[in-house]
Amino acid sequence: MDQFLLQVLNGLDKGSAYALIALGLTLIFGTLGVVNFAHGALFMVGAFCAVSMQKIFEISKITIDATKTDFLGNPLKVKTPYVIEWFGESAGNAMINWSVPLAILLAIPVMLLVGYIMERGLIKHFYKRPHADQILVTFGLAIVIQEIVKASYGANPIPTPAPSQFVGSFDFGVLLGMDPNAVIYPYWRLIYFAFSAVIISAVFAFLRFTTFGMVVRAGMADRETVGLLGINIDRRFTLMFGAAAAVAGLAGVMYTPINSPNYHMGMDFLVLSFVVVVVGGMGSLPGAVLAGFMLGILESFASMNAVKEFFEMLYLPSIDQIIIYLVAIIVLLTRPRGLMGKAGVMEE
Amino acid sequence: MNTFSKADKNTLLFVIIITMLAPFILNPFPEGSAMAQFNAGYPDLMQRFAIFGILAVGFNILFGLTGYLSFGHAAFLGVGSYSAVWMFKLLSMNIIPALILSVIIAGIFALVIGFISLRRSGIYFSILTLAFAQMSFSLAYSVLTPITNGETGLQITLNDPRILDGGTGAGNLPVTGLFGLEMRNTFTLDLGAWAFQFNVGYYICAIFLILAFYLSMRIFRSPFGLMLRAIKTNQTRLNYTGLNSRPYTLAAFVISGMYAGLAGGLMAAMDPLAGAERMQWTASGEIVLMTILGGAGTLLGPVLGAGFIKYFENIFSKINDNVLHTWFSILPDGLENAIVWVLHFFVGKGWHLTLGMLFMLVVIFLPGGLMEGADRIRARFGRNKGKGEDTPNATNPAE
Repeated sequence: MDQFLLQVLNGLDKGSAYALIALGLTLIFGTLGVVNFAHGALFMVGAFCAVSMQKIFEISKITIDATKTDFLGNPLKVKTPYVIEWFGESAGNAMINWSVPLAILLAIPVMLLVGYIMERGLIKHFYKRPHADQILVTFGLAIVIQEIVKASYGANPIPTPAPSQFVGSFDFGVLLGMDPNAVIYPYWRLIYFAFSAVIISAVFAFLRFTTFGMVVRAGMADRETVGLLGINIDRRFTLMFGAAAAVAGLAGVMYTPINSPNYHMGMDFLVLSFVVVVVGGMGSLPGAVLAGFMLGILESFASMNAVKEFFEMLYLPSIDQIIIYLVAIIVLLTRPRGLMGKAGVMEE
Repeated sequence: MNTFSKADKNTLLFVIIITMLAPFILNPFPEGSAMAQFNAGYPDLMQRFAIFGILAVGFNILFGLTGYLSFGHAAFLGVGSYSAVWMFKLLSMNIIPALILSVIIAGIFALVIGFISLRRSGIYFSILTLAFAQMSFSLAYSVLTPITNGETGLQITLNDPRILDGGTGAGNLPVTGLFGLEMRNTFTLDLGAWAFQFNVGYYICAIFLILAFYLSMRIFRSPFGLMLRAIKTNQTRLNYTGLNSRPYTLAAFVISGMYAGLAGGLMAAMDPLAGAERMQWTASGEIVLMTILGGAGTLLGPVLGAGFIKYFENIFSKINDNVLHTWFSILPDGLENAIVWVLHFFVGKGWHLTLGMLFMLVVIFLPGGLMEGADRIRARFGRNKGKGEDTPNATNPAE
């Protein structure tokens, strides 16, 4: 039982990331009909917003403290981050400590801008081109973004710790009357899950309960008619593209304490997110979220020892590495439109 | 043979001449001169030209003719390499059985993957092949470690059985060969300041490239090729005529998978090791890049694209800041530093950035690739259709 619970929890954080990226992909596909191979790169750009925030906070003024000397006998150089100088000792340290959550404030405008520029500058010209061209150009863009990040931040993962208050683990077992330490779960992953739940609900609420969202949904169903009604649907779709970019970026920002960001993290997530979208059903937002969490949890179940041993008897060691792909293939063969895809949409 | 037009025969002849004389053509600068670093006439690089040429020609049969964009072709390349290395380990260091096995295994793989992926078309097909390629990568990287030797990669060792020629290499690792002709043998011809290298391995690859090119030409001009083009143009209409298009697309997929298998086998034949990174999806992306850059759907395009990318990859990676400084040393210091600082991001390790940008520009402005560019230039200078028109455009990438 405790093993079971632990695996569900473990699956949640990866599932959250899959769900958020897949949500953005579906949003873009549903509105603009474009498959965005650069979406993983947007996730990565978000993660590097957190890195930048951390770097910005750590920019220091170097003063020479004549009273102390270093081991060579030279006067000691003391680095004081500007934030500490400006906001005082405690506030400055708190800002450095909380740089990852604060990076959200940086990431939202940056990602909206990136999304806007990307849609207006590039994707717009590809609506009428074949899908293959759209895939190719966004793939090229993904390479470019990835290489720019690599050139400016280096190829190694950059550790971005969570605020010190959230380091450590939460003991779930005690809560449910089990032994202490039976089911423990890092705080930050819990926060990541909660955060993604908030973002997902926000996106759904926005589409469901606002006029803007209603128009966008109408546009997803029939773009031409909405356009004929005198609504500038293109502009709204551009904004939705920006929103999808922001969702991916925020997913990236909050993911940094779980795995240190490196320049190819986006590509690693992208392929799996595509699989998630396909399993959930192309164009179905709830499907993307559901499939994201499902596959995340499934992956962590497959990494359980008992499951692994069972599959080893079938000559399939480390099943956890390929389980997602296997599930995707089975789903596609038995239910081509995906779990929640509408009949007739992209079924050929 | 009569199915080929005169232009086709000329193209084939052009490819044969270029590949056979490549050691001369790729080595235009004398040894020791400042431009010598732009020579590409050494065996390792020439082999890569030919191998990736085969790969791109094969990919073009699928993408160029049917329009199905596969993002998983590197899987077949990897499978080919692994099977070839296993053949070197188990049977003999002769490359013939290794190549045969790699083509067959890659074909079987392509049959299975194609059978499933081709149930869908368009984006779905791309995503499915991508997923399959990533799955093969994971399989090779960790799951099937007993067969693929995981992260380390599969290599030949001294105590492999090698049933046919076991025990020959006493103390040294045996080398791959063709009935005693070693792949690494190189004959150097010194002509004045030039040193031209003729490598056995390269010529084997070149012969396979010519065969592969000839075969793809036959396919392009055959009724089967026409059927594939029809699928690209309008599959729905084709289905309405009562024709099941899937066997045709599957055949194209398997053929192009076998091409990739051959390329992978040749790669292992030139250097007997196989690693999982050969199957990663970035490698698949590279194949797509080559084909698009050269011109998908054209005969010559993919070969040129492969040569272009491999050549510039090699050259750009060599250029570092010092080289740039010597180039721009005539300029005033401030300007020199500024230019070097900008270019610094595009050369050396930044080659992928250049590649990505180039690729985007080609997709945006020149969807037909280099071949379309050549056509446009030819149309611009419409009247004077001399022989000189064709050659400079075509040979530019290779030089």
